[in-house]
Amino acid sequence: MTRPVRLGLFLTGMAALAATLAVAVGDLPGFGHYPGPYGTIIARTGVAARHGTDLVTTVNFDYRVFDTLGEEFILFTAVLGVALVLRRRRGEERTSEEPPEEHHFPGSSSALGAIGLALVGPVLVLGAWVVTHGHLTPGGGFQGGVVLAAAILIVFLAGEYVAMKRVAPHAALELAEASGAAGLALVGLGGLIFAGVFFKNFISLGSPGAILSAGTIPIGNLAVGIEVAGAFLMLWTEFSDQALVVRSR
Amino acid sequence: MTALQGGALALVAVGAPLVVLAREPTRQALCAGVFGTALAILFFIFQAADVALSQIVISAVGLPLMILLAWAKIREDEADE
Repeated sequence: MTRPVRLGLFLTGMAALAATLAVAVGDLPGFGHYPGPYGTIIARTGVAARHGTDLVTTVNFDYRVFDTLGEEFILFTAVLGVALVLRRRRGEERTSEEPPEEHHFPGSSSALGAIGLALVGPVLVLGAWVVTHGHLTPGGGFQGGVVLAAAILIVFLAGEYVAMKRVAPHAALELAEASGAAGLALVGLGGLIFAGVFFKNFISLGSPGAILSAGTIPIGNLAVGIEVAGAFLMLWTEFSDQALVVRSR
Repeated sequence: MTALQGGALALVAVGAPLVVLAREPTRQALCAGVFGTALAILFFIFQAADVALSQIVISAVGLPLMILLAWAKIREDEADE
């Protein structure tokens, strides 16, 4: 296919897309006008029905937690796929199980290391807070789990790659990912066993705004937080292993 | 639409082409990070604080890091050949 033909095809396609897009945009509801009834109903009754003050989390971990279970396993499977593709193959060798010296980025300095290591604690606390307060304030298992993983990643960004592997060994990450993923499924199974419906909120709801409230929602958040933290750290470790440790023979 | 919302939308509209126009992978990874942060600001201004929170970490740290590490590996393999 020559260049003018390709260009012609592209322009025809773009013109068709632009035309249909213009028609579709014309039919959109006005800016800030939400036509569906569902959001309004949830906003009016959600807190009274489930005792969680962050309705986004209430929707994600109660009303449509079945979808969340699916999303969680998408992440689980994706990271599993990365681990499978980047496994140790024939013709590859690790420079050594532990590199003799700490890896240092070009341009890294002791100041960068100090600032990075000083940040680890506060970010860890922030992540734990976001996970455990998901049902009260914006946040939850997914967001908090990523923040938790980022806290450990800061150790790596500070130039202490070996230290990061020691803080978060591969076996522990696999365990966190698997047990977190299983945890949310078990919450659903609990609903089936104790209330007769898969994922029914079967624990006492408590009073809205309390840290122990909203029934199974904070438990699901905790499970997902652990899974997401493990999954993202495993992903980053696999990638950095490839770049720093694995050499083709 | 408030001025703040318009500004956030404009920031995203300007940021997206910049990521495409940066052809050098290292620079592109950093541009993608900055663009992702602009998206996080957009989500926050449109009151989607939950989404903004994960967007910040994924786009500012997670994605650029993976691109940079993959790029480092590719360059090293090319240097070996």
